[in-house]
Amino acid sequence: MFAERRGAAIDIAGLRKEYVSGQGHVLALDNIDLSVAPGEFVCIVGPSGCGKSTLLRILSGLDHHTGGSIKVDAKGWTVENAMVFQDSGLFPWMSVETNVGFGLATRGVASDEIAARVEAALKLVGLTKFRRHYPHQLSGGMRQRGAIARAFVTNPAMLLMDEPFASLDAQNRVILQTELVRIWEETRKTVVYVTHSIEEALLLGDRCVLMTAQPGRIKQIIDVPFGHPRNLITLAADAAFGKLKLDIWRVLEEEVTRARAEIEL
Amino acid sequence: MSGLSPKTRDRMLYLISPIGLLILWQLLLMAGIGDRRFIPAPTDIAVRFWTLIRNGELAMHTGVTLVRVFAGFVIGAIPGVAVGLLMAMFKPVRIFFDPLIAALFPIPKIALMPLLLLAFGFGDASKIALVAIAVFFPVIVNTYTGASNIEKIYWDVAKNYGASQWVMFTRIVFFGALPMIFAGLRIALAVSFIVLVAAEFVATKSGLGYLIWNSWELLQVDIMFVGIVTIGVLGLITSALFQEIERKVIPWKAE
Repeated sequence: MFAERRGAAIDIAGLRKEYVSGQGHVLALDNIDLSVAPGEFVCIVGPSGCGKSTLLRILSGLDHHTGGSIKVDAKGWTVENAMVFQDSGLFPWMSVETNVGFGLATRGVASDEIAARVEAALKLVGLTKFRRHYPHQLSGGMRQRGAIARAFVTNPAMLLMDEPFASLDAQNRVILQTELVRIWEETRKTVVYVTHSIEEALLLGDRCVLMTAQPGRIKQIIDVPFGHPRNLITLAADAAFGKLKLDIWRVLEEEVTRARAEIEL
Repeated sequence: MSGLSPKTRDRMLYLISPIGLLILWQLLLMAGIGDRRFIPAPTDIAVRFWTLIRNGELAMHTGVTLVRVFAGFVIGAIPGVAVGLLMAMFKPVRIFFDPLIAALFPIPKIALMPLLLLAFGFGDASKIALVAIAVFFPVIVNTYTGASNIEKIYWDVAKNYGASQWVMFTRIVFFGALPMIFAGLRIALAVSFIVLVAAEFVATKSGLGYLIWNSWELLQVDIMFVGIVTIGVLGLITSALFQEIERKVIPWKAE
């Protein structure tokens, strides 16, 4: 069901995002430079207010930047991007299968093709038995699976994920992270994954982009030294993993302390 | 009542107040308190009810009133829903309609009856127009409120997944607003009986409002009560019907 070739290439240079509010200008993103290779899994980590969600919304086209440039090369792909939100955002008035097929129906895909692709996507996330259920009849983890299926079924050049597992309990989170890595290893789409958890970023990503707040800037980009296929359970117990997590935490801690001191002044 | 299930007990409790009231009413009149010519006993009303059912008069008036309510309801509710949704989707539409609604909503719609008689004459059309106008406002306000309170994430998802304006309108905004639309329709239903019966008092020779007003002029108090009770029963039946439709149409509303 998925194309063999890899996903989109992203090139962001000098990106700026300014909000004009009643109190004046707020600089949400400042001088962001980031290149993402086709098929790469990039995680963006940072404290709340660092503009990581804003960056994702700009990538998705839901928001606009006010300076710099952003280029997404998705030539040959019908759908440039699909987003998975923190709150599943499954429409309460549609059954699971209608929800999953939504991004195909809006793009005029024939109904028998929609049925076949939805079927495959439901199987991929293990929701086949619940296809006729409504979202309120599902658990939070199942709803999030539905949201992932809805994104994958459109076969996008890049997948944008905004803390998709943040509201889940720890067990469900690990299960869904494992499944996401498995699906990504099969499909090799470009993934930009926003999270506030260093651990999650290291578990999932090829690279971690560390951001700092006020204004949102890139502090450091880290190459994650763990290869694929990955076993998240054993990786989390690895000593090298623990050390890297600690290093990154120190970098972020310094920034958070600095930002807090500035606020208190 | 300790041996009954809680559900049965609730149901019995539900019936106690109306039945108790009827019994009290009957007993007071039988005890000679109150003038039976002006305040008929429940049994007198029941007898009159039966005669009006048998001679077909009640069915005729009820039928006329129902046709007017139904026609006016449909004519008022459909544009109410459509405009309410468009207001939520497009700012210019909202700016255009806002002052109109603010100015026209508080006007008691029955005050428009003379104007409507001028425009549509003494036939059914003027009554249907009155109901339609009275229905339009609660429906449009509720629809707009429902549609503008749709959570932002659903707009984002729809946009990100390639929804056109048409898809937005028919599959997101309409369904998202549906629970509030139904609340508006239920209010509109009550309002349409209120204005219609008032209009039928003066401007027609048929319908339940006419039945009530005519029997007042002839001092047939028992017939007045028959008319009033019939309206109450119609309200009860239509509102139960509505609840049933709502359950079917909004299956995602948590039980």
